[in-house]
Amino acid sequence: MPLRRWSAAAAPLAGSPGTKQIVVARENWRARAQEIAAAGGRLMALWASGPAATGRPAPRTLYAAFVLPPGLLVLTMPDDLAHDEYPGIEEVFPHASRMQRALFDVSGWRSSDPDVRPWLRHAAWPADFHPLIHETAPTAAEEPRPDDYAFVRVEGEGVHEIAVGPVHAGIIEPGHFRFSVVGEKVLKLEERLGYAHKGVERRFTELPILEGHRLAARLCGDSTVTYAWAYCQALEGLAGTPIPARAAWLRALALELERAANHLGDLGALGNDAGFAFGLSQFSLLKEQLLRATHAAFGQRYLLDFVVPGGTRADLAPEGARALSDCAGHLAQQTRVLRGIYDEHAGLRDRFAGAGMVTPALAARLGLTGLVGRASGQAHDLRSDAPWAPYDELAPGKAGATEGDVAARVAVRFDELFESCRLIGRIVRDLPGGTHLAAGLPTPPEGALGIGLIEGWRGPVMIALEAGASGSIRRCHPHDPSWQNWPVLEHAIIGNIVPDFPLINKSFNLAYSGHDL
Amino acid sequence: MWKTLRQIARTGIVTQPPPTGDGSLRLREALQADIREILGRALCIRVVDSGSCNGCELEIQALNNPVYNLEGLGIRFVASPRHADLLLVTGPVARNMDVALRRTWDAMPDPKLVLATGDCAATGGIFGETYATRGRLASVIPVDIVVPGCPPAPERILAGILAAIRASHAHPRSR
Repeated sequence: MPLRRWSAAAAPLAGSPGTKQIVVARENWRARAQEIAAAGGRLMALWASGPAATGRPAPRTLYAAFVLPPGLLVLTMPDDLAHDEYPGIEEVFPHASRMQRALFDVSGWRSSDPDVRPWLRHAAWPADFHPLIHETAPTAAEEPRPDDYAFVRVEGEGVHEIAVGPVHAGIIEPGHFRFSVVGEKVLKLEERLGYAHKGVERRFTELPILEGHRLAARLCGDSTVTYAWAYCQALEGLAGTPIPARAAWLRALALELERAANHLGDLGALGNDAGFAFGLSQFSLLKEQLLRATHAAFGQRYLLDFVVPGGTRADLAPEGARALSDCAGHLAQQTRVLRGIYDEHAGLRDRFAGAGMVTPALAARLGLTGLVGRASGQAHDLRSDAPWAPYDELAPGKAGATEGDVAARVAVRFDELFESCRLIGRIVRDLPGGTHLAAGLPTPPEGALGIGLIEGWRGPVMIALEAGASGSIRRCHPHDPSWQNWPVLEHAIIGNIVPDFPLINKSFNLAYSGHDL
Repeated sequence: MWKTLRQIARTGIVTQPPPTGDGSLRLREALQADIREILGRALCIRVVDSGSCNGCELEIQALNNPVYNLEGLGIRFVASPRHADLLLVTGPVARNMDVALRRTWDAMPDPKLVLATGDCAATGGIFGETYATRGRLASVIPVDIVVPGCPPAPERILAGILAAIRASHAHPRSR
């Protein structure tokens, strides 16, 4: 059946505008995914719900969310109880593979994917414990056992392995990289993640639904505003309460401050990783100035818990507004100078150009998303493709490139940084009056599903929130764009030399904590 | 090249005076006095993220920016635990990081100090002690200094680091 015909029956879901849901039978699961892929749709997230570890049990249901302009389409598959496995869609969407492996680790529901290696589970708890369906957690051994993961071996004359991590030389998050190399050339990279797994999906079910935003804000510290907004968007959709206009604008201000801070940090680090310490020193100073202006405006350097259900924790006073708008002007002016220096620096050009290449065709095939995707011709940005308030009014420009190398990812960051500076100035100038916080959010009805979807600096972040009885959380599944992009990094490094890996990795700058759940 | 030099000259020296070491952050005062004597002012730090949200990492990285200029104080982050005097740990000790954290600590030479940074390492934070996390760092390895905060500001982390080294010694850059 053509996509247009069957998807017409989809019903609207609460939360992100344009999100719809449709129930699909098991035998149609893979075919529907194929039709969506053929229509240019992209897999966003995959998760299962029930029976819950705490609260009332519910029948087991599989969910897959697809970006299908102009919105999100959520396919729902109730368990038919006749099969142990559900049909995997990893051949249609390659990045579904790790999501299916993680789904088994937490929910105990196996897909037909032949790769059955654990993903989020290491050796710390037994294979038959699935935190979202088993109430009693096993007691941990006093002496933890090391993980024994079946890496794919590359055989051949002169091939050797380099193992890096989970503890890294710099100040970064934990993850393991296994390189198979000949000389300096990388033949294969295999990632092993999950080290930062904190059991957040189970933790959500222990929190009241009106307090879950605090955990959402701590899933991925560099994207705290993005996650908290996605959570609150889902929650406010479930409660049926729109937020005041001023609150939406203040949230957008916070989101652009977050984007600018991260891009400044990355631009400095990318210069440094190519041997240009001047870049790190200059951009880290600009970032510090931005964090101080944020502190002057809202009393916080990083805006954890700034986005709260119903609006924002703090309002913007005139002095704070001036500090932010002055800072945005200063950043734009200084960044123009630094971009000129970066563009003219022969050493940087040599290291950036052609490194870590992901062609637009490969990016489309592997589902590359967010900022990194935009540098490889995947011109998707929810802020302009499916704008939510106030981005429908702000109409941000979309950055993009098609070269797909480190240089393109640097250029997209520069372009987005300028646009964020402009947006910060515009928001501060045109901020609507009124309250910044709606009073008394009602408790959402039990069993209702809401979706939050926000384009953060790294890419689209989704939160699926299912309300439980009397103000509890039955299920909350957060999805980071890094799920899409980590597997592509394994392709980007092929044929490059080992010393270029830090540079290429930094140009992706993917989340560990946000991914490891 | 002249553009780069001009930008350096225009930026000037932006480093601010460091905070004084905050002794109240120390957990094991008496035991560590001799260690502070041995280490003097210089310190090598090894960072382990035991499953933090990455918020603390951003503020630790900020210590290297020109405003805090940690290296200007003779303190630096090192790439091996074998070179480190102080282990700086963030996160609620994810059980998947348990082995790596203990091995890092074991690999450090004596005398060694441990600084727990952020609410998660201090108390387990919002994640607590679960099937996936061990909670506070002190339940896994001995902790000398705790800097709470979510995330703690760079000045607070610096005050904690400086509490690890000889407090009585007047610092050349402090005014």
